[in-house]
Amino acid sequence: MRVVEKRQILSAEEIDRTLQRVAHEIVEKSGGTKNLALIGVRRRGVPLSQRLARTIFGFSKVDIPVGTLDITLYRDDLSTVASQPVVQSTEISFPVDGRDLVVVDDVLYTGRTIRAAMNGLFDLGRPQRVRLCVLIDRGHRELPIEASFIGQTVQTSDTEIVEVRLREIDNEERVMLVDRVS
Amino acid sequence: MLQHFEDLLGIETLTREQITFILDQSKPFQEFQRHPLKKLATLRGKTVALAFFEPSTRTRISFATAAARLGADTMNLQAESSSLKKGESLLDTVRTLEAMRPDGIVIRHSSSGAADFVAERLETPVLNAGDGTHEHPTQGLLDALTIRDRLGKLDGLSVTILGDILHSRVARSNIHLLSKFGARITLCGPAMWIPRQLESLAPNVRRVTRVEEALKDADVIIVLRVQTERIHEPALAAEEYILGYQLTRERLRLARKGAPVLHPGPMIRGLEIDPDVADGPQSCVLEQVTNGLAVRMALLYHLVGGAPADAPHPAKERSNAAD
Repeated sequence: MRVVEKRQILSAEEIDRTLQRVAHEIVEKSGGTKNLALIGVRRRGVPLSQRLARTIFGFSKVDIPVGTLDITLYRDDLSTVASQPVVQSTEISFPVDGRDLVVVDDVLYTGRTIRAAMNGLFDLGRPQRVRLCVLIDRGHRELPIEASFIGQTVQTSDTEIVEVRLREIDNEERVMLVDRVS
Repeated sequence: MLQHFEDLLGIETLTREQITFILDQSKPFQEFQRHPLKKLATLRGKTVALAFFEPSTRTRISFATAAARLGADTMNLQAESSSLKKGESLLDTVRTLEAMRPDGIVIRHSSSGAADFVAERLETPVLNAGDGTHEHPTQGLLDALTIRDRLGKLDGLSVTILGDILHSRVARSNIHLLSKFGARITLCGPAMWIPRQLESLAPNVRRVTRVEEALKDADVIIVLRVQTERIHEPALAAEEYILGYQLTRERLRLARKGAPVLHPGPMIRGLEIDPDVADGPQSCVLEQVTNGLAVRMALLYHLVGGAPADAPHPAKERSNAAD
């Protein structure tokens, strides 16, 4: 699949400013940090959730627990793929029961990843609340899923792809809109 | 790196990379065993046939639980109630099973090569749960996972295997696997159970008659059960075995400090292993059982899951899918 870059959505500096703002929003709309925990969805939700936690610690001096969730086993499309995707680990070292969880991912698109994430979380216990935080909401929902905390909303077409590059994973830091070419 | 498997018939034909892949894929399933709700929908709608032509409790329950936790259904064939007693051939039995369209067949059989025989003739993925004295690959894998977790590595270890190696498919799978990681393997037991041909199974395999010499500086010790049901010649007297080969606390001290002690089970306490060693801190028997579940879940996930081999490959459409 060949892609061509159409435009840059966020630069490195803009990603940082966006995350700073979102971190404050999370604490503001949660009435503080009590009972709060972040769950990063593999892969890119993980460094995002860790950065948010560090920012929150920076201004509130509270260490919010952060977990990582691999949703591979909860995907709804496994029986359509010829080779099973590699499973990675879920590491949530704190009890989920009664927690105020914020699930963190890079891009919200159809909502199927988040549906799978919720299935995964509910296998671990009964959270008090689950809200969603994403860096980019690109529309085209196929399920009734919404984000409470959004970095940026971007209008996209079906052929376009939002590419998020983060230094922890990609050695680069930017968000681009790319289009498929045939 | 993704690996593609169609069957799992033995360790001998696997590469180091494939083995490492399976062990790495077992880790998330190890973690899964600690979840309060141990039920996935990953293999929902899939059926796994458990074709056990030889009696088994632990392996059968382990595979059945692995399948159930992944959300799959199982078909249960057990030797005691098998139509084999009425004279049906192995091939007819598995073809009958295949006609019910399982998505995977787990087979245990008393003939070496039975799993390969079945895999060559059926489209369905086949998992070898033990064939004669040939291989028991899932045991080899779970043993490797246990060793790797305990010692932090699998490379270049001194491994001592103690007991009736002649009749042990577990030992053969262990030998194939560990030698692919550069192990020096020492086989020890009564001479009639350690024939010379075993040295040619893999590089760096030696036979030793005295247990003290075999255990000296060992990094890992694998103790095998004395298999009285397999022996047709007069069995070695239990007292002689204990005197010559039992893994006692004193003998264990000859090995490296903290060397893990593995046993595929079931153990005969007081025969091949001193009860204090079996219950001591170096004993890995319970971890082996838990790891067995994780390994079998990982294997069923990769072999039984997914589209059937002849399904059209779906167009790669969405790419903001979680990666």
